[in-house]
Amino acid sequence: MAKILLLARREISSYFVSPIAYVAMALFLVISGFFFALADFRPGQPAAMRSIFDVMMIILVFVIPIVTMRSLSEERRTGTLETLLTAPVTDTEVVLAKFLGSWLFYLAMLAPTLLYLVLLRVFGSPEYGPVASGYLGLALLGMLYVAVGVFASSLTSNQVIAAVTGFAILVVLAMLAPWMASVVPAPWRSIIREASVRTHYTDFSQGVVDLVHVVYFVALAAYILFLTVKALESRRWR
Amino acid sequence: MGATIEVRDLTKWYGNTLALDGASFTVEKGQIVGFLGPNGAGKSTTLRILTGYLPATSGEARVNGHDVLLESLAVRASIGYMPENVPLYPEMRVEEYLRFRAGLKNVPPKDRRTAVERVIDRCRLEDVRRRLVGQLSKGFRQRVGLAESLIADPPVLILDEPTIGLDPAQIQEVRHLIKSLGEKHTVLLSSHMLTEVEKTCSHVVIVAQGRIAKTGSLAEMRKGIGEQRIVLEVRAPSGRPGEGPAEMARAVGQVSGVSNVRRDELSDGWQQLLVSPAAGADPREGLHHVVVQRGWSLREMRCQLETLEGLYMQITAGDAATLPKSAA
Repeated sequence: MAKILLLARREISSYFVSPIAYVAMALFLVISGFFFALADFRPGQPAAMRSIFDVMMIILVFVIPIVTMRSLSEERRTGTLETLLTAPVTDTEVVLAKFLGSWLFYLAMLAPTLLYLVLLRVFGSPEYGPVASGYLGLALLGMLYVAVGVFASSLTSNQVIAAVTGFAILVVLAMLAPWMASVVPAPWRSIIREASVRTHYTDFSQGVVDLVHVVYFVALAAYILFLTVKALESRRWR
Repeated sequence: MGATIEVRDLTKWYGNTLALDGASFTVEKGQIVGFLGPNGAGKSTTLRILTGYLPATSGEARVNGHDVLLESLAVRASIGYMPENVPLYPEMRVEEYLRFRAGLKNVPPKDRRTAVERVIDRCRLEDVRRRLVGQLSKGFRQRVGLAESLIADPPVLILDEPTIGLDPAQIQEVRHLIKSLGEKHTVLLSSHMLTEVEKTCSHVVIVAQGRIAKTGSLAEMRKGIGEQRIVLEVRAPSGRPGEGPAEMARAVGQVSGVSNVRRDELSDGWQQLLVSPAAGADPREGLHHVVVQRGWSLREMRCQLETLEGLYMQITAGDAATLPKSAA
C-alpha cells in the first residue's frame, strides 16, 4: 500500500508538470462552463446542476483519454517501464498506482466546477442533495473512464493510439450503447441497456443514489484494471 | 549453491527467433564479471531474465539463491539494475528521483535521506542534485542511473552497457566507479567492447549468437592464449612453376617445429604466413633456410603474441572466418 501511494504521488506530480494535462483541464473547464452557462445558469431555471452533470458524461469521453493516454504508454516508450517493473513492486501495485494517480488528478480537475455551485448560491438557493449525489456520480464515472484510459494506455507505446483506443471504448460504452439497445433484438436489449453508462449515471444527477449503480461503476472499473494488469503481464508470454 | 548468480540452460525464443540458446554460467560473490558479446548476441535478453523483466522460455536462473521466476520480488529487492540507455523520468529532479526510487526499493523512510546523500556523494552528483533529469548530459544521466542502482545498497549490480555513448573522460570515470564497487558488490556488466571489460572486470563471460562461448578469469584466459606466432611476409619470383601460394604454405609447414600455418594473400601480392610453432620449439632458423633454399623474397619476419582481442574476434566473427584459409 505504501508503494501504491508513493507511485501515485509521482504520477500526480508528473501530471502537474505536463502541458497536455493542463490542456485537457482547460478544454474540460471551457466546455463544461459553456454548457453550464447555457443550460443551468439561466433565469427561470431551477437552481440546480442537473444539465451540466448529464452533459459531463459526454464531455469526459473526450477529455479523460487525453489525460490518461501517457500513463503507461509513455513509460513503455521511454523504457522507464523496465526500471519500474524490475523494482520490487508487483504489476498490480503499478496499475493501481497509475489508476489512483490519474483519478486523483481527475478529481482535482473537477474541483474548479464547485464555482458553479457558488454562482448558484449567489443568485438562488440550490438544493444541496442532488448536487452532492451528482458529484458522487461524477467521481464514480471518472473511476470507470480513468480505468478505461489506463487500460488503453497499457496496450501501446504510442500516446495517440492510447487516446484513440480509450476514446473508442468510451464512445461505445457511453454514447453508442443506448442506441444499440434500441436496434438489437429483444433478448439482447436489456443486457446492452444494463451495460450502458447512461443507464447507471443519470440517476445520480437527479439526486438518486442507488447501490446498483455504485456497484456497476466500481465493478466495471475493477474488471478493466484487472485486464490492465494482464496486459502488463503479457510481456511475459508474448 | 554458493554462486551469487547462477544460470543454467537458459533459452529464450522471441516468436520464431532464438535469442538465447542453452546459456549457462555462474558469477561468484564479489566478482566483477564482464558479459561480453557483439550486439544482438543475447546480452540484454539474459540481463532482463535475471532481473525478472522477461521470463525465459526454458532453463533456470538464480540470483542470491532465489529463483528469478518464482521469487521474483526477492530477486528484484537484492539487485540494482541499470538498463541499456538508462531510462529516467525527465520531469523529475535528480534528488527527487533518487528519493522516489529509494522508497520503491524498500529503503525505510528514515534512512532515505542518508541513502540519497550517500549515492549523490559516491556518484558525484552534488552539482546537479536540483537539476531536472531531462536537462542532464548523457554522462550525468549515466551517473544518475548508477546512483539509482546503488540506492538500496544491493548485493548484486546488473549494468547493461554502462559506458555506451560516453566520452573518454566519462568512460574513465564510470570505470573507476564500477571498480570501486567491486569491493562490496557483485557486479555483472554487459559490453560489446573487449577493452571495456579488460579494464574493469576480473572475469569474463563471452557470448555469441545466444550461446556462451567462453567463461573464465581474464588472467587465465590471457595465459591460455598467450602463445607466440611468427609472421612471415614472402613472395616467390613470378613465373616459376610449382611455386604457387598453396605450395609455399605447404613447404613452410614441413619445417621442423612448425605445428600450423595460416596463409593470407595481402593486397599487394605478397603472402602473409602465420606460423604457429609447436610447443617449446623455435622454428625461425628453419624458416630462414626454406626461404633461402627456394629463393623467395622475404620482407618481414616477426614474432607476435596472440591477443585476447584476436580470440574475441575469432569467437564473435562466427565459424567461417576462424577456419584457416589454407592450412598445411
